[in-house]
Amino acid sequence: MADTVVRTRRQPAAPGAPKGVGRLPRAAVHHPWWFALPAIAVFAGFFLVPNLLNFYYPFTDWSSYHADIAFTGLDNFRTITEDGSLPRAIRTTLVYALLAAVFQNGFGLVLALLLEDDSRFNRFFRVVFFLPVLISALATGYVFRALLDQKGAVNSVLGTDVPWLGSTTWTLVIVTLIHGWKWMGLSMLIYLAGLKGIPGDMLEAARIDGAGPWRTFWSVRWPMLAPAVTFNVTTALIGSMNTFDIVQATTGGGPAASTEVFNIYMFRIFGQGLYAQASAMSLVLFLVVVAVAIPLVVGLRRREQLL
Amino acid sequence: MTPVWRYGRPALVLLLAGSAVGVPLWLVAVTSAKPQAEAIRPNLDPPGHWQPAANYADAVSEGEMLGGFLNSLLVVVPSVVLVLILGAGAAWVFARRKSRLVSAAYALCISGLLLPPAVITIVMELRQLGLAGTRPGMIAVYTGMYLSTSIFFMTGFIRAIPLELEEAARMDGAAPSRIFWRIVLPLLRPVIATATIMVMLYAWSDVFYAFFVLGGGDRAPLPLNLYQVASAQLYLENWHLVFAYVVVMSLPMVAVFLVGQRKIVSGITSGAVK
Repeated sequence: MADTVVRTRRQPAAPGAPKGVGRLPRAAVHHPWWFALPAIAVFAGFFLVPNLLNFYYPFTDWSSYHADIAFTGLDNFRTITEDGSLPRAIRTTLVYALLAAVFQNGFGLVLALLLEDDSRFNRFFRVVFFLPVLISALATGYVFRALLDQKGAVNSVLGTDVPWLGSTTWTLVIVTLIHGWKWMGLSMLIYLAGLKGIPGDMLEAARIDGAGPWRTFWSVRWPMLAPAVTFNVTTALIGSMNTFDIVQATTGGGPAASTEVFNIYMFRIFGQGLYAQASAMSLVLFLVVVAVAIPLVVGLRRREQLL
Repeated sequence: MTPVWRYGRPALVLLLAGSAVGVPLWLVAVTSAKPQAEAIRPNLDPPGHWQPAANYADAVSEGEMLGGFLNSLLVVVPSVVLVLILGAGAAWVFARRKSRLVSAAYALCISGLLLPPAVITIVMELRQLGLAGTRPGMIAVYTGMYLSTSIFFMTGFIRAIPLELEEAARMDGAAPSRIFWRIVLPLLRPVIATATIMVMLYAWSDVFYAFFVLGGGDRAPLPLNLYQVASAQLYLENWHLVFAYVVVMSLPMVAVFLVGQRKIVSGITSGAVK
């Protein structure tokens, strides 16, 4: 109560304040910078600065084995290139990201089209398909390790003896399928939001013109979904380049390092105390993400405008 | 709509939900209630002997579940609050002001949506700041990492709010801070729900960054404990404990989602897909 009294008393002074700073643009008075500064400071301090430091430490011998940090040039990059881990990590991560994005978006779009109408039945099952998003990626990984273990649930149901997580070629694909399974609910929600944004009279017009469901989808809905596609594909592709938990829980990077994505490598090498070497891998991840993200975002935006 | 599709669609939905979501959840539920001997080979059979209470009690005592739960809360809650408040302030400025500097600051702040956090050098920086292995250090890292998400969603949302609402209050003599707290923040409720669930989701289940910043120790949050319990099972095969852990870890997130569900959907609608 006392608080409101004080505030109302102060009010008459407020209209006077803008007069005193009459030369400032209106925006500066109504939406002052200091509302944004704390966020900018925290983001710069704990996101940008580490990323900048990441352009220095990979060129040093920083490790848990000696106290001083000395400049060593390209040694770390030479090491990880020569032992094969760098080219392998790049290839594995890119394949992972591509497949994960395809599965996540494919599943998400199908679910959104199946559950599009606002019935109670559909609302319930939207929640059901969103459940995997709520379960942590690490837990998801363990669930599927139990399902796909050679002595696990899937083999016992099918009566087979397939080493699902033991193939140097196919395990990567299976892990990306799990990734798609975990995140399909989020893609579904965003596609549902996109579908809801399509004006009803547009669909009506297509129907009157005699367009069947397929024609309506390809000529009206799919083009109108462009912003949702942009958002979903970008976040899925870029997000899955930063993957860790699902891979760690299902395969730990194996078999024979065939699923060793960037973050798995960093986790392992950091654990061995080779900080600069892990940091070198982290710098490459940064550069790869930038190299993929910029053309992707530009391309998808342009596509949105064309459609 | 053809009759085939009319009945075919719900049937297909039921089939997909049962096989894709039902089977894994059933596995988690039954395994977490089995004695260790039955759980060694995880399968879909119902437990021959039900002992959920004993398993959960074991997970609490052996897996240090209560400590992990508390550690998670002490890090996740402050991170979420900071991400929301700092993010809303920044988003308000970014949405309402137009200048090159504002666009540049906005672009920089949402760059975190795409760029990967440099997790190794974060450790170095935290050591120099004396924050390595501490909760404030972990909170700072999560806040820095997830601010981009909240700023992105909130800026899109605020742009859709008519400026007239603010102007009316301004005519009555409200200062910017009052307008922010009394008008902008309440209007942001749906997108706050979205950002809360997204950030909670990431931070609550994170094991990667927690490993680098907090390490194992007595500050380890739930997922890191789960990781340790599961890693130890190379020798023990403790699937029953792992899945008891999975259930306890997942329930809070499911509860938060169910409470905020409607707003989350509308927040995504207006924030991501305009």
